[in-house]
Amino acid sequence: MAKAIGVVEIDTNRCKGCNLCVVACPTNVLSLRQQEVNDKGYNFAYMLNADNCIGCGSCSLVCPDSCIEVYRLIQK
Amino acid sequence: MTKEEIIAQGGSKVNSRPRLLLPATMHYCPGCSHGVVHKLVAEVIDELGMEDNAIGVAPVGCAVFAYNYIDIDWIEAAHGRAPAVATAAARLDPSAVVFTYQGDGDLAAIGTCESIHACNRGENITIIFINNGIYGMTGGQMAPTTLEGMKTATTPYGRRVDLNGYPLNITNLVKELDGTCYVTRESVHTPAAVRKCKAALRQAFINTREKRGTSFIEVVGTCNSGWKLSPEKANQWMEENMFAKYPPGEIKNTVKEKK
Repeated sequence: MAKAIGVVEIDTNRCKGCNLCVVACPTNVLSLRQQEVNDKGYNFAYMLNADNCIGCGSCSLVCPDSCIEVYRLIQK
Repeated sequence: MTKEEIIAQGGSKVNSRPRLLLPATMHYCPGCSHGVVHKLVAEVIDELGMEDNAIGVAPVGCAVFAYNYIDIDWIEAAHGRAPAVATAAARLDPSAVVFTYQGDGDLAAIGTCESIHACNRGENITIIFINNGIYGMTGGQMAPTTLEGMKTATTPYGRRVDLNGYPLNITNLVKELDGTCYVTRESVHTPAAVRKCKAALRQAFINTREKRGTSFIEVVGTCNSGWKLSPEKANQWMEENMFAKYPPGEIKNTVKEKK
């Protein structure tokens, strides 16, 4: 069976920490940094469970600040 | 696996920032629906190749700085007058694809007259209407679209029908007019809804390019700052309350019937 591997690249300085990508992710990959903030003082998103990513692009679709890029590889 | 490894092994980019979205960081609050709709407008204009002849008309309200974010021609209209300005732009330059981008305080309150008459005349424009049931920019006052019983800065005990009247469902009003060819209500709170909204925007821009009449797209959005909720809770609140009065879905499509 083909397996999809994804990776998410987040523009951390543009991220406003709204948490919408975390909710939209079907495989619980993303999370917000608890202790770190970006230049604007927001807790930005990062890949907590990077191995779970399937590259579906849901996080990127709902991101209001368009700061998420998604790459996907289908392994056959 | 890293991004470089995925690209080296033949993987591809699924989603990224649209080309027409300028690098400026948007001034919208975290989790605001405006950002998603801006992204969709930029994507659709790019995909349809309308970059050079699209003219947007920005409203007064939170989206007043829309011209800072999407790299096309923009006109800034007086409060509520975006459909009137768009009418002029569309008539003076028939090759232009003109659209307005308005909130509910702009389109459904001070600009009701201009919106309804532009739709009634069947102007070849697209009207994008972001409805969050509140005046977001000025601090969350009651708008005509505010739901019954909804607490806002000016209705701290909830909107009372005997005092403030009923919520105005302008999309249902507009569908009765003969000038409109495509009237739909969308939302952008889930990935599926975002995809549907993009398809609706695409249809509307094609209608405008083919000069079929007015296309009216309402996007039920959230104003988490005005509603005093987190972005996540605001989406839930919208599903539970806003969708009862403003249910998403296609309302009128004369283009499809003609085929």
